[in-house]
Amino acid sequence: MNALVDPILVLIMLLNFFVLATSRVRAVITASAAQGLLLGALPVLVQPHPGVVPVLMALGTMAVKAAVIPWMLLRALREAAIRREVEPLVGYIPSLFLCALGTALALLFARTLPLAAAHSASLIIPGAFATVLTGFLVLTTRRKALTQVAGYLILENGIFIMGLLLVEAMPLLVEIGVLLDLLVGIFVMGIIINHINREFSSLDTSHLSSLRE
Amino acid sequence: MRPALLALHVATALALPPLLLGVVNRTKALFAGRRGAPLLQPWLDLWRLWRKGTVFSPTTTWIFRAAPVVAVATALCAALFVPLAGQTPPLSFAGDLVFVAYLFALGRFFTIAAALDTGSAFEGMGGAREATFSALAEPALFLGLLVLVRRSGSLSLAAMLGPGLAASWTAAGASLLAVLVSLVVVLLAESSRIPFDDPNTHLELTMIHEVMVLDHSGPTLGMALYGAAVKMFVLGALVVRLALPFSLGGPWADWAVFLAGLLALAVLVGVVESVMARLRLTQVPNLLVAACLLSFFGLLLLARTP
Repeated sequence: MNALVDPILVLIMLLNFFVLATSRVRAVITASAAQGLLLGALPVLVQPHPGVVPVLMALGTMAVKAAVIPWMLLRALREAAIRREVEPLVGYIPSLFLCALGTALALLFARTLPLAAAHSASLIIPGAFATVLTGFLVLTTRRKALTQVAGYLILENGIFIMGLLLVEAMPLLVEIGVLLDLLVGIFVMGIIINHINREFSSLDTSHLSSLRE
Repeated sequence: MRPALLALHVATALALPPLLLGVVNRTKALFAGRRGAPLLQPWLDLWRLWRKGTVFSPTTTWIFRAAPVVAVATALCAALFVPLAGQTPPLSFAGDLVFVAYLFALGRFFTIAAALDTGSAFEGMGGAREATFSALAEPALFLGLLVLVRRSGSLSLAAMLGPGLAASWTAAGASLLAVLVSLVVVLLAESSRIPFDDPNTHLELTMIHEVMVLDHSGPTLGMALYGAAVKMFVLGALVVRLALPFSLGGPWADWAVFLAGLLALAVLVGVVESVMARLRLTQVPNLLVAACLLSFFGLLLLARTP
């Protein structure tokens, strides 16, 4: 295990806090892109002797997570002309506290799991749980569809971190699986965004809960 | 050697704080394309204020007169406990970190009480803001110090920031980095700098510290300003020591590194003030809570690595 892995995971967890604290949609998207960039380096770093395939996969992950998807989201942001999240269901400070609580519980919980000796001391499991939790929080408590897509990305990032445990056994399978999930998710979200935008000329998902003839 | 170092400690704590303000102001002036006031200007201002007469409103009581004295005394007393340049400070005992934190709290209490004593609506508003924000800054400070306590296994500032600090950076760099960022936020909040408060503005609606000392004049105003500068110096010394924990061998070399670090910190504060706008008052608590959580996160990470 490379010595760089834990500092990168710490940075990812700090980005989680940042995502929940900011009210700007652009900052959320940029933070998820930064997470993607950091994550892309991890599969290479966890292996003692990475071959060509893992390096290519890492570059691919970085390209998709840190460039393509954020670029698409930023374009959608420009077209929808929104800048801020208005009135999230759970406020910024409560969601920060929830994230801190979740991170603390993840750190405690990871100790009780029967992990392989190589993984028991690293931050991979707590980092994965904390990031998944952040993704859930953003996905469920923010109202703008674009922020929710970014939350979905963060959720996927968490699953990706968890997948690092398997990367030595079956690297390609894990990464292809993750990228495929991501693609499907973004597809579905893109369709939803498109529909909301067409129906209501805004990206606020709370419109979806009001029924009318 | 030792008496000379102690004399240097006391002399630095007495003389340097207004100079730091001078450096901050000069940085801001350079950013704005001006030449700026001389570095000694804050000292000259204090000297001017000292020679002026004082006006006390008839509605004020002894609290109003005592507050600036208490503010200066508590800040200077706290400066005696902080290890400047990693050297043993003049005073130290187990648990002095709590003492230092509450020395600041005492000075703040008197400043707020004096602001309320004038009966002015504006000053009461400033006092309310100061109380709110410092209540949020205090947990950030304590959680950060707790990380240092846990690393060093000691309850005195002298040992927490002593020679063992450099080893802590290699063992638990991530948590110390979190604490460092959080302490910089606390420093900016406690010394009423941007993004929390704008020391330049004289519009009562937006001010925090400035509005509380509106009714002071002459020497008492000078003391209030000097006390605030010393407070900034003490917190800055903590930050600089945490950021530059290494030792170059001799105490004089360490002092040179420390003074250069303080200078850099003052420049940093000036740069922050030049490139950032003041936060809206409703957003200030968010930043302070984030600083608390950052310190807490540092503590969490530390709990994993015994």
